[in-house]
Amino acid sequence: MALIRSEGLVKTYRAGEMDIPAIRGVDFTIDAKSFVAFVGPSGSGKSTLLNMIGCLDHPTSGKLTVIDTDVSTLDRRAAAEFRGRHIGFVFQDFNLIPVLTVYENIEYPLIMVQNWPEQKRRKQIVRLLEAVGMAGQANKRPDQISGGQKQRVAVARALATDAKLVLADEPTANLDHDTAYRVIELMKKMRDELNTTFVFSTHDPKIMAEAEGVFTLEDGRIHQPSPKPVAVHA
Amino acid sequence: MLNVLKIAARNLARFGRRTFLTAALITVGIVAVLLFVATTGSFKTIMVGQFTDALLGHLEVHRRGYVASIDSLPLNLNMQPAMVEKVEQVLKKMDAVEAYSPRVKLGAMFSNFTETTSIRMSGVDPAKEPATTPLLPGRLIEAGGDKQGGALLKPGEILIPELIARGLKVKVGDTVVLVATNRDGSVNGKTFTVSGVLRSVSGPSGKDGYIYIDDARALLRMKEAEVSEFAIRLKNPAKLDQAYAQLSQELSGISGGGGSPDKAGMGGNAGAAGKGGGSGLEVHTWADLSPFSSIVRMIDLLAIFIKVMLVSIVLISIMNVMMMAVYERIREIGTISAIGTPPRRILALFLTEGLLLGVGGTALGTAISLVVIYALNIWRPAFKFGMQQAVVLSPSVSAVDVGTIAAMVIAMSVLASLQPAWKASRMDPVTALGHV
Repeated sequence: MALIRSEGLVKTYRAGEMDIPAIRGVDFTIDAKSFVAFVGPSGSGKSTLLNMIGCLDHPTSGKLTVIDTDVSTLDRRAAAEFRGRHIGFVFQDFNLIPVLTVYENIEYPLIMVQNWPEQKRRKQIVRLLEAVGMAGQANKRPDQISGGQKQRVAVARALATDAKLVLADEPTANLDHDTAYRVIELMKKMRDELNTTFVFSTHDPKIMAEAEGVFTLEDGRIHQPSPKPVAVHA
Repeated sequence: MLNVLKIAARNLARFGRRTFLTAALITVGIVAVLLFVATTGSFKTIMVGQFTDALLGHLEVHRRGYVASIDSLPLNLNMQPAMVEKVEQVLKKMDAVEAYSPRVKLGAMFSNFTETTSIRMSGVDPAKEPATTPLLPGRLIEAGGDKQGGALLKPGEILIPELIARGLKVKVGDTVVLVATNRDGSVNGKTFTVSGVLRSVSGPSGKDGYIYIDDARALLRMKEAEVSEFAIRLKNPAKLDQAYAQLSQELSGISGGGGSPDKAGMGGNAGAAGKGGGSGLEVHTWADLSPFSSIVRMIDLLAIFIKVMLVSIVLISIMNVMMMAVYERIREIGTISAIGTPPRRILALFLTEGLLLGVGGTALGTAISLVVIYALNIWRPAFKFGMQQAVVLSPSVSAVDVGTIAAMVIAMSVLASLQPAWKASRMDPVTALGHV
């Protein structure tokens, strides 16, 4: 069953008098509970595509359906509500809120985005902290933990609202290989446990080998639709 | 909301020095304004008290048109006995009135038998006048021995202003002559014994003296017990406006029939406009009659100016800080926006930060101000003002003033945060996340 469906998706940026095409009419489908990577060199359109799937940006033309919703027509407020309800984000730079503890960072979307009661919130956070192996670091601030730990917290935050889809833009780019591999393993584990769809971007061949489906992007076009990658991790 | 408050407080704590400096600026502003309001309020109260308690009373009642031509003290605009009686009935009935004093005012020539000068006299009842203007006995800088605790004036005695006493070298116990023009234009003279020398309330040029009310009537050859004015002391001066309105209402039924102005003698102006509706009488507050009221208005204007300055300081400093906060946290705003935080909540977060800055600065400023005001009331600093040698400053600030100023600053803090908060809430998440 398709969770994401793109039909003739185009994104063009305007710089002064010039139109700069970022995505040049892509068609793809991503099924629910899959673990998929968009790969390609810098500037190939990976982040633009993830931004549009995540309702952070609008396509210039084409149709993009995410969880049975045509997200290309959502206004600012509706897009924020849709993101808050269905999508989790993991960023390259972790983007944890520095004034909050690990626990509070995971709690943040449950308070500020959704309004979960405290008991339910606590149960969910404890479960996620254990799942990502951060139960012992709950009271630490982001500046007191390592990069890999930060990304674990970011994954937990992305999953906190029981998101159906987690989008991760270069989640391992700032991590060493072992840590990166462990983060990808964690994401895969969470997919298996929670049935969440993970879509991430990377240009690291070792990381892309961990994906169950890969879309290779080049100059805004998909060149290699969803082949089964070869695991290269030792 | 509590969570927004918690996160906002932590964000402020994250930039501790900047938060402290901004809050300190607000604190200093609040302290400056509250101390200014408290001390000028005290100064105003003291000065107003000097005028009302030593000279004017809180309210005065005159025949319509009298005040318009008060420079000439028009005898033809005195109240006749029937009118006097009605006014006294009203004053006795009013709960707000603590005391009142009928006066006969006249202009006269003052002579020590070798030199002559002009003088303005008030003929007063020595029992009623001190009850109405209780600081009057305190103005005596020289007095006969029987003045201590005794009657202010006896028939045949005169209290003269310091200026005339010094200028004409007149001492207590000397005999002097007053010569006055009567209502019909004839002139009459009468000798008096100087029983005291008065310090002037209105400054070094004051030329106002007091005699016994019956002596004034005799000097003016009044056939009846006329009165030029009633000075009134209120139980609660803070309720001046209500008392004024009530008295004006009560007196509105009293017409000028008790002796109409028969001719425009002594420069009288019977047709002058005044207060009190269609009545033959008019009521004036001390502010209408004293030049000090314009100083009071100036002080009030200054207070407004200082408040406007405070508001500007708060507005600019908080706007500056919040703009910096938004600029420095663009990526963070992008993150919270990306994970689905509604724009209104991002707006609320930054508004709350501004609110907390305002509340913190205001609370600290108010606390410091109240402590300083308390300390000043213990210290009781005295200063010289005009003819007053030791005016004791006892500053106080009303809860209404504190509340108004605090509310104003807090409202301004939120208002100043509005533009940066709005900008944060409208930020495009993709642009914000890509900000370096």
